[in-house]
Amino acid sequence: MSTSARMIVVLTVITTLVGGLLAGWDSFTSPKIEQHRLERIRAAVEEVLPPHDQYEKVEIGGMSFYVGKSSADETVGIAFQAVGTGFQGEISMMVGVDASFAQITGVEILSQVETPGLGTKIVTDPTNKQNPDWFTDQFKDLKAVAEITAIKNQEPSGSTEVQAITGATISSKAVVDILNTTLEKAKDVYQSQKEQVL
Amino acid sequence: MANHKVTRTREFVKGLWDENAVLVSLLGLCPVLAVTNSAINGLAMGLATTFVLFSSSTIISILRKLIPHQVRIAGFIVIIATFVTIADRFLAAFYPDISDALGPYVPLIVVNCLILGRQEAFSSKNPLGRSMLDALGVGTGFIGVLVVLGSIRELLGSGSVLNFTLLGDWFAPWMVMILPPGAFLTLGFLIALSNWINERRAEA
Repeated sequence: MSTSARMIVVLTVITTLVGGLLAGWDSFTSPKIEQHRLERIRAAVEEVLPPHDQYEKVEIGGMSFYVGKSSADETVGIAFQAVGTGFQGEISMMVGVDASFAQITGVEILSQVETPGLGTKIVTDPTNKQNPDWFTDQFKDLKAVAEITAIKNQEPSGSTEVQAITGATISSKAVVDILNTTLEKAKDVYQSQKEQVL
Repeated sequence: MANHKVTRTREFVKGLWDENAVLVSLLGLCPVLAVTNSAINGLAMGLATTFVLFSSSTIISILRKLIPHQVRIAGFIVIIATFVTIADRFLAAFYPDISDALGPYVPLIVVNCLILGRQEAFSSKNPLGRSMLDALGVGTGFIGVLVVLGSIRELLGSGSVLNFTLLGDWFAPWMVMILPPGAFLTLGFLIALSNWINERRAEA
């Protein structure tokens, strides 16, 4: 066999075998990876919704809403995903509001690639032993309006202010900005179209 | 052909210290610097890299006479990329937290020059047994450095090692240690230390 033919044959055989192997491995691992993703979303929804009996997922205007229901089948809260740009990459979070979109009932970070030790405090802050989740906890019970601000060097006051993380101002502001943008949009989409769906 | 003046034990042992991939050859520094902000991340990255190195060396050593010289790099990369994908999907499926912490650095093992370097320099020229020993030795040396580096950075940067708090509340964590500069500083000190030890040994 000439060298050229041998090069083609060897590479073709190797890539074909490898392709088959990876296809098999993918069909084995994909369901598990998908399961982890859904489990993470489920846990976040449970966390941000006010006390509820069960929740259902509805698609309205291209957005997914997780509507929490009481045992009497009344809507007690709505959760939705908010995604935007952080300091280095994408921040994705789950936001919960009460049934009338008046108050935020919880915020939970789903994924982020912020600076380890600084920006990652938006998820957990190991230096705060009593309450490592203090940053996201601040959003609970704030007014669900697109005017939330992260402030520095002073105690937050009023119902639309949170304390920014020292050394991670950009990450803190990013979370607030993503929240403001998505809150507005989710409110419009949900309230204008819920009658058609629910 | 390969000379067999070197003993088999030596093929394994040389990767641990004398030809340590990180401390001596300074290979594969990207993951070394990027993911060693905690001991567990260093260990996971070391194990993933060693898995890829060992598997690729084994296959490439078996195929070394079949792959034409002109397309060897293409062949090596395809084989390495396969094992990287297997490792990446394995972590994502079974250890999602570690997979999240390591982020893009697992897929990036493909371009780790340490792995391609061992294929080009060793397993494409040596028999199976020796290639496997060589890969295990280099991999073990790599894991060792990553764990030591991760432990030092975690201890000084978070006050813990492997998530066990060792330094009490009196300790104010040095934030710089878990940021990129901490990686360079610690690695610099480790390389200096290893050179100092080698000089002492040479004098003795």
